[in-house]
Amino acid sequence: MKALAARRHDRRAPVVLLLLALLLVGGLYAALQPAPASAAPQAASANDVTNGEKLFAANCATCHGMGATGTNAAPSLVGVGAAAVDFQVGTGRMPLAMSGPQAQRKPVVFTPEQISQLAAYVASLGPGPAIPTAEQVDASKGDPANGMAIFRTNCAMCHNAVGAGGALSQGKFAPNLWSTSNTHLYEAMLTGPQSMPVFNDANITPQEKRDIIAFIRQQGGTQPGGLSLGSLGPVTEGLWAWVVGIGLLIGAAVWIGAKSS
Amino acid sequence: MSTIDRYSGGSDELSAPEELPDRFQNPGLPPHRPRRGDLDPRADKTSERIVLALFGLSTLGTIGFLVAYFALPTGTDAGGIQRSTMTLGLALAFALLGIGTAAIQWAKSIMNDHERVEERHLMESSPAVREGAIANLEAGAADSGLSRRGLLKSAMIGSLALFPLTIVVPLIGNIGGNWNVSTFKHTMWKKGLRLTTDPSGRPIRAADVTIGSVVHVIPDGLDKAANPMDEKAKAIVLLIRLDPRDLHEADDRKGWSYNGIVAYSKVCTHVGCPVALYEQQTHHLLCPCHQSTFDVANGAKVVFGPAKRPLPQLPITVDSEGYLVAQSDFHEPIGPSFWERLR
Amino acid sequence: MTTTSTTTSRRTATRGSQGPAAASADWLDQRTGIAVAVKGLARKIFPDHWSFMLGEVALYSFITLLISGVFLTMFFVPSTNEVTYNGPWTALQGTRMSEAYASTLRLSFEVRGGLLMRQIHHWAALIFMAAIVTHMMRIFFTGAFRKPREINWVIGFTLLVLGMAAGFSGYSLPDDVLSGNGLRIAQGITLAVPIIGTYASYALFGGEFPGTALIPRLFTVHVLLIPGLLLALVGLHLAFVFLHKHTQFPGSGRTNTNVVGYPLFPVYVAKAGGFFFVVFGVIALLGATMQINPVWNYGSYDPSPVSAGAQPDWYMLFLEGALRLMPGQTEVVLGSFTVPLNIIVPAMILPGILLGALALYPFVEAYASGDHREHHLLDRPRNATFRTSFGVSLLTAFFVLVLAGSNDLIATQFHLSINDITWTFRVLLFVAPAIAFLVTKRICLGLQRRDRELVLHGHETGRIVRFASGEYIEVHAPLDEDERWLRVQQEPVRPLQIAPAEDSRGVRRKGYAADRRRQRLSQLFYEDRVEPVTPRELAAAHEHGAHPVLEPAEEAAQISAGVH
Repeated sequence: MKALAARRHDRRAPVVLLLLALLLVGGLYAALQPAPASAAPQAASANDVTNGEKLFAANCATCHGMGATGTNAAPSLVGVGAAAVDFQVGTGRMPLAMSGPQAQRKPVVFTPEQISQLAAYVASLGPGPAIPTAEQVDASKGDPANGMAIFRTNCAMCHNAVGAGGALSQGKFAPNLWSTSNTHLYEAMLTGPQSMPVFNDANITPQEKRDIIAFIRQQGGTQPGGLSLGSLGPVTEGLWAWVVGIGLLIGAAVWIGAKSS
Repeated sequence: MSTIDRYSGGSDELSAPEELPDRFQNPGLPPHRPRRGDLDPRADKTSERIVLALFGLSTLGTIGFLVAYFALPTGTDAGGIQRSTMTLGLALAFALLGIGTAAIQWAKSIMNDHERVEERHLMESSPAVREGAIANLEAGAADSGLSRRGLLKSAMIGSLALFPLTIVVPLIGNIGGNWNVSTFKHTMWKKGLRLTTDPSGRPIRAADVTIGSVVHVIPDGLDKAANPMDEKAKAIVLLIRLDPRDLHEADDRKGWSYNGIVAYSKVCTHVGCPVALYEQQTHHLLCPCHQSTFDVANGAKVVFGPAKRPLPQLPITVDSEGYLVAQSDFHEPIGPSFWERLR
Repeated sequence: MTTTSTTTSRRTATRGSQGPAAASADWLDQRTGIAVAVKGLARKIFPDHWSFMLGEVALYSFITLLISGVFLTMFFVPSTNEVTYNGPWTALQGTRMSEAYASTLRLSFEVRGGLLMRQIHHWAALIFMAAIVTHMMRIFFTGAFRKPREINWVIGFTLLVLGMAAGFSGYSLPDDVLSGNGLRIAQGITLAVPIIGTYASYALFGGEFPGTALIPRLFTVHVLLIPGLLLALVGLHLAFVFLHKHTQFPGSGRTNTNVVGYPLFPVYVAKAGGFFFVVFGVIALLGATMQINPVWNYGSYDPSPVSAGAQPDWYMLFLEGALRLMPGQTEVVLGSFTVPLNIIVPAMILPGILLGALALYPFVEAYASGDHREHHLLDRPRNATFRTSFGVSLLTAFFVLVLAGSNDLIATQFHLSINDITWTFRVLLFVAPAIAFLVTKRICLGLQRRDRELVLHGHETGRIVRFASGEYIEVHAPLDEDERWLRVQQEPVRPLQIAPAEDSRGVRRKGYAADRRRQRLSQLFYEDRVEPVTPRELAAAHEHGAHPVLEPAEEAAQISAGVH
């Protein structure tokens, strides 16, 4: 196995070198310009890039065009970075199942390996935000209180105060965040998928992003006051007051008014 | 007009033809139907036992509440607080529902259940009482001399009408603070004041704002203002960078943006909610309270919902260090409409 | 003991012969003469029906509110002074917040049973308002507001409005982002009032928004002013119930001049007293298990943030819905003055019309019917066609507005476009009440006709009988007396008749136009009706139906329904 791999490596050395050079230039560019590229992309092998290219051609090029330069149906992916691919494909939003107001979370089509190959290919097309490191998305290192302060100013208007989700115009919506992985949360902030605006590292610093993740990870679980009723606010509370509260009390009133047998 | 009798009691006049009444007769109370407990002493005893058990359940609930209160600390996490709240609450519910159901069961199954009849009487007083009341009032009026001394009556009414001013005037004088309502027309933005991020207060470099970004902005030095909350309520701004190709600006506002970066008041022109839902792809800004939708690419004009006016735009530029600053205050009052906003 | 005995001897005598209870009663009566009231009220009769308990739900949730509210005031600090939080809730540790918000967190997380009391208080408020609405629906649809109870209807209506004010002032107290945005909306609406808007806003907030005066002011309003008014009016409301005696549903033995039921003591002391504990218990159950208004999720008020799903408590939702539906183009500028009709119409005029229609309905109906009699027997809703249809139509309008106030949640839960939903509700606000009116009217008239059918022809028995002529017919069993009385007892209300326009000499009389208008209104109310069966009609029906049916003696010819 090893020998085989090594031989194959040797054979493709020039390509690797070329790609590495490209990546280096891209990485330098990303580091020098104020655009949000927080870490050098994980070393993607040339193998990943070529496999990624094949996957792309088979699954994505119909809409995004050969070379990912975009068509009328879908935007160019040059410069969106590995983070965008990892988010879109890793949450099942891409490939798009059908056209609707927005791409929705669905079962993931590709294996993690294939996703990283696709990400490596798209990252190779132009510099863009990289996939965050495990350290960057470690909720235990974040400060949930600061996360809440940032979240409620920048995120709660769409995603609801605790990330339960909310409506946008024309059938679009901001999804619930409770089951979104730390890495995907980070990538979404960094890349601004679909309707979501971009929150680059100058706007919300990497530290603040981790704080937000720490805050989100505290939500959606056990509630101090009992059942959360979906954390959707006063409308659901009112609905339950009528259905359960008034329901039980009218039941009791009927019992009181009924003649005893 | 109709002259219907004051009382609608079952009219039992008989009509002549066919000797049938116009209306059916009220058949009267049906006979009492005894309960099982009224006939069978054992059923009666069972009812009593149920009531006893319910009272007992209530006592257990109270004891359970006290035990939970002393034994269960609230703890410091959601789980602990939930455990305490739920245990105390369920015990309380048992204590209450036990008493309630016991009393009702007692009333239904043990107490005498023979229906009783009580007569009603007209609400109005009898003519004699009415006449007496009027006579009394007239006698009192005569005693007071009210009808003969007109000046006295006017003086009394006048002083009664005037004295509330002693309470109303100071109340109105003070209830509105300094009554300086012109504050609705100004915010703390002024020429050269830096835009900073909300809530961190970091100044914003124009180069750091990538296309598709939204930055929630407060003026620099907000926390040092005299009334930071009041100032913040008026000065919050949304900073958005669009692809300059998408941005359509009015001729007189061409100088208000910087490299596709525009700044708009975040206070809705409808009833003042923070308008903050920016959809990057459509450049629409949606208010979560009443769904007014503003088109950021077109001077924040209203495209849907209950607002009428576009969001006021804050003219911005960069200072010598490349940080975004305001050119001036807003050119119109921010937030909801009010009567004199254009004056 | 004779009445001539001296005070001294009487005292000795009573001491010797009475137990402690009787002695205290004696003590009290000598000082208050309370025996008169006890004699009059102890065996006062109340009729039994489940729907008569709805008002009690409101009363008992109000008492629950008072009990839990007193508990909360011990720990709540109505102040906007800034403090730094260092309590147990990690998502807020170290953040700056108002004292009102911090004390709400303290009473939720650090006072044992505090969160339970807060949740009981908030659930009780929702139940209080819901119970008022259902109670009012019962009063409305059964016509219990008719003379002599019009004043009590208006008192009850005032309680509804005060309840809304109590709720709004209460949920704004914790100074969280959700309720703070509600206050901001209230301020925006205040600003919209023509001419005095800005001054009214200054008066409300003691200066600029949000200022520091509002929370303490709201606290005073919430714990003193409104509860005081509520208590006084609830007392008056109940006093009127005692004075008028409770209404009752029609039925055998129940007339307009009597009341049939059970005595206050002991039956209603036990039933109503027990029901208080049931209501409190159910609210405790809600407070124990279901989280309500988790203010720690929203954070302390700050004018910048807002959360998706920004809505008021349910009883204010119709206002929110009206604000959401109104198109913005209606804001107009007159000269140099701005008149935001896009706010004035939904926030002031529309609620004014809906609530005004509710408050004034008894007077309009009395005017249309020309009926000056006292009514203590309730209407069956089907028999009051116009009233029932109008009530359902009014409720439908409220319901559409409530749904419109929840349009963003409808959008996310059912994957719809919020813009489409808003447009749908804009149309439905006008169409749905009209449809509801017509459909309800049809249903009412249909039910009345079915009652007539039943009285005239009896119940279907499912037994098929063959006549001597060979004809088959289903046997109908006549209604028993009680069943029939329920369906024929109502007195039909007919449109008003007015005097002709001209008197005998052909002179047009004064006031004819007003009478004509009144008659038109009366026709709108009472034109469509089904008259109850009269004894004569029943006799006639029996005559027509008196076929030579094979009577039981000839059962052999009978074919059971199951056979064919």
